[in-house]
Amino acid sequence: MSATPLPTLTTKELTSDQEVRWCPGCGDYSILAQMRKALTTVGLPREKLAFISGIGCSSRFPYYMNTYGFHTIHGRAPTFATGLKLANPDLQVWVVTGDGDGLSIGGNHTLHVLRRNVDVKVLLFNNEIYGLTKGQYSPTSRTGTKTKTSPTGSIETPVHALAFAVAAEATFVARTIDVDVQHMVATLQRAAAHKGAAFVEIYQNCKIFNDGVFDYATDKSVKADNILYLEHGKPMVFGKDRNKGIRLMGLQPEVVEIGKDCGLDDILVHDENSPDPTLANMLARFTVPKFPEVVGVLRAVKKPTYNEVTDGLIAAAVEKNRGTVADLFKADDIWTVE
Amino acid sequence: MSLPNGSAGVAAPPVATPGATNTHQRPIQEVDAITIRFAGDSGDGMQVVGTQFTNTSALVGNDIATFPDFPAEIRAPAGTLAGVSGFQVHFSSQAIHTPGDVLNALVVMNPAALKTNLRDLEAGGFLIVNTDGFDKSDLTKAKYTSDPLEDGSLAGYRVIRVAITKLNIEAVKDCGLTPREQDRCKNFFALGLVYWMYERPLEPTLKWIQSKFAKNPAVMEANIRTLKAGYNYGETVELMPVQYRVSKAKIAPGTYCKITGNDAIALGLVAAALQAGRTMVYAGYPITPASSVLEKLAEMRRFGIKTFQAEDEIAAAGVAIGASFGGAIGVTGTSGPGICLKSEAIGLAVMTELPLVIVNVQRGGPSTGLPTKTEQADLLQVMFGRNGESPAAVIAPMSPTDCFTMAMEAVCIATRFMCPVFLLSDGYLANGSEPWNITEASKLPTIDIRYATESNMGDWGGAAHKLSTATDSEGGGAGKFLPYRRDDMLARPWAVPGTPGLEHRIGGIEKQDVTGNINYEPSNHEHMVRTRAKKIENIALTIPDLEVRGPEDAELLVIGWGGTYGSITTAVDRAHRKGLKVAQAHLRYLNPMPKNTAEVLGRFKKILVPELNAGQLLMLLRAKYLVPAEGLNKIQGKPFLISEIEAAIEQRLK
Repeated sequence: MSATPLPTLTTKELTSDQEVRWCPGCGDYSILAQMRKALTTVGLPREKLAFISGIGCSSRFPYYMNTYGFHTIHGRAPTFATGLKLANPDLQVWVVTGDGDGLSIGGNHTLHVLRRNVDVKVLLFNNEIYGLTKGQYSPTSRTGTKTKTSPTGSIETPVHALAFAVAAEATFVARTIDVDVQHMVATLQRAAAHKGAAFVEIYQNCKIFNDGVFDYATDKSVKADNILYLEHGKPMVFGKDRNKGIRLMGLQPEVVEIGKDCGLDDILVHDENSPDPTLANMLARFTVPKFPEVVGVLRAVKKPTYNEVTDGLIAAAVEKNRGTVADLFKADDIWTVE
Repeated sequence: MSLPNGSAGVAAPPVATPGATNTHQRPIQEVDAITIRFAGDSGDGMQVVGTQFTNTSALVGNDIATFPDFPAEIRAPAGTLAGVSGFQVHFSSQAIHTPGDVLNALVVMNPAALKTNLRDLEAGGFLIVNTDGFDKSDLTKAKYTSDPLEDGSLAGYRVIRVAITKLNIEAVKDCGLTPREQDRCKNFFALGLVYWMYERPLEPTLKWIQSKFAKNPAVMEANIRTLKAGYNYGETVELMPVQYRVSKAKIAPGTYCKITGNDAIALGLVAAALQAGRTMVYAGYPITPASSVLEKLAEMRRFGIKTFQAEDEIAAAGVAIGASFGGAIGVTGTSGPGICLKSEAIGLAVMTELPLVIVNVQRGGPSTGLPTKTEQADLLQVMFGRNGESPAAVIAPMSPTDCFTMAMEAVCIATRFMCPVFLLSDGYLANGSEPWNITEASKLPTIDIRYATESNMGDWGGAAHKLSTATDSEGGGAGKFLPYRRDDMLARPWAVPGTPGLEHRIGGIEKQDVTGNINYEPSNHEHMVRTRAKKIENIALTIPDLEVRGPEDAELLVIGWGGTYGSITTAVDRAHRKGLKVAQAHLRYLNPMPKNTAEVLGRFKKILVPELNAGQLLMLLRAKYLVPAEGLNKIQGKPFLISEIEAAIEQRLK
């Protein structure tokens, strides 16, 4: 059998005729560029790709992709994506959402699309602020964040997006950063290849209303000490001098200095395939300054997708005894009037 | 019908031997119709025996109509007023359209059932009482301060006292059941008794018991024995001085089954999907009284139907619309509170011009309201309950069987016009049943659903539509498809994701006509608002005219919509028999209304609009057609009595 070459695309082919209207310097520009780049080699033609979004700055994304796209209503993108995938299981469906859209008004749907393992890829652009409504605190804003609706600082505890995804039984959970372009392309391609619900949090800078909130994770002078790049099967080492690591003491993780506190063998090794979500949950909650914040794939496990299971049940029922129009008029208790 | 007035209080005779035969002949009295209600605790199996009685009556050739009445609580404390469950059957030798106004006979298993149902029993009607259910604690639970069987308060009825609990135990004691299991058979004793009263054969129910309890022979045997015992008991002790006979009805030839409105909706949706040869996705969230549509469809996988139980009402609407975007027939079903939650999503379907069927099985409102009771108070909600100018089609079935036809019609309109269509049913239609002529129903229309398969740029002038903000030069392979280029009815093309070359983006932001590009220009917005409205109006070009029934020179038109059809029709029939000059019309299409509606309304001096709400169709007719229509309104969670409409007609023609 001769192998048919998979289709490849150019970034230009993936670019729609619409003018991109994000603010200058917005992290979304980078995400859009990396997404186009990532899709050039996923092996699908444009017509098999669909981008579904809710409301917010991030949700303008579908207009800029020359694929099928649907800009829906606030928080509900996962539901439209689920319906689209039910109707049309061959599509690769991406949900583009933000911290307000996906974790506040749409938190319920994010939970359930992940729990069901619907075969969609959820990208959560996290800028820790409401941008499109001009600067109110979001469910991921850090306690104390001063905004127009929290003039003396937010009094709320933020949600950890990745811990939420892990708790929702997502089968693929990852994080990347808007300015880390190569890492983002690789992460998006991993998500594209995953069968089932994939959840990717992207740290995204809002130049206008929350500028610099991720500087600790992007500024070259401090980044290495604040970010831990996860690699499957590799010890969790980070730091400018690659001499810091994560060690587990009982159930508690701690940051240690390799060579001083312990050897490399004592450093926790990443296992993204662990069926147990404990490790992924622990990593998801790492927060600077106590711990480095993780980027990369926290969790990637295999599980039948919602679409495989439901389509399988229908196919089996149809094969066993296909229902026809005539069957609609068969009842247990019928009578005839002459 | 009329029944001879007898003296009240037929004394309970001593326990007779079940199974004994008696060949005494009673005088037989022919009557046109009987309405009977079985009432007991919600755990007493009243729905089961009511259904069995109905099926048997249909099999012997009567016309039938039923209405169950059950509490919102699944199992309210036994014996309490809140826990009473009833099932009403109307069976007749004539064509009937309602489950009956007043009861000719009432079976009550306990005092709570007596208290909540007695008001519906006609004077002199038969009251069959399970005397074993009337001990002191039962009376207390039903808040009786004295025993109605003893205090003379039932003097206006013909009371038939039967120790149903004890007689049942006697009949089933050797079947090897626990005392609790034995007691649970007593509904079939009562059914046997009523079968005897109305000359019904036992065979259909015996057959049903045999198949239902095939895996549990002891329960099967017990139910068979007690059913027969109930029948024989009636015969032995001669409970009634006469035997009432309801002959076969003259019914159009064909094969029939009995169907409820919700089942008919489910079957109609499936029929539409099969006739169109397209995938259907039905997404719902459990809600009374719509859940049984989702349940029915969930067991119909072999027809290729995809059901989805969503996390909430909003998600159910989103899934249905997403499915429509994907080329399936997206359907969501709910009741009023669910419509509130889905409204924003429905607005998106209006804006993006995607097909969507929204089944609303109405119940009493506002808020949680009366979940298990019927009402027609969501008409204005579905007409106007969205932000902005957001027109959608609205249709309403008029009977349980019409739910099938109108469910198919909803799919046809939604896919032909690329718009949301509300199918407004109600709790009365949903749970009520009537005979369905499946010979007729199986003659189905074809449904032609077309997808766009190639570029529609062809003869497009283009320049006039170019958008100032679009930068076409940047596009790579973009712009081969115009998602809002409309056909003669103003419907836009449906291009399904997966189709090469037709990639396009849609969304809730106002868009330029033809291209679908985002557009905030003032004149464009007005153009689009008017275009979306005109498209809905165009539906009127494809629907049947409003039919009028009645004398040419009628002075009064009675016009209704939805589930009140049966009561209105019967009331108008009665008025005709009295020689009253009244005509009837029934709107199955509410938005748009049939194109001859103005002409019809203009013909009559007086217009009466009976509705189970405070006057919603009335408001639409008066606003739209400037006619002096009057309302007849009832908001009690219950259907109209025929007599209520009849009286209103007479009053206006005095």
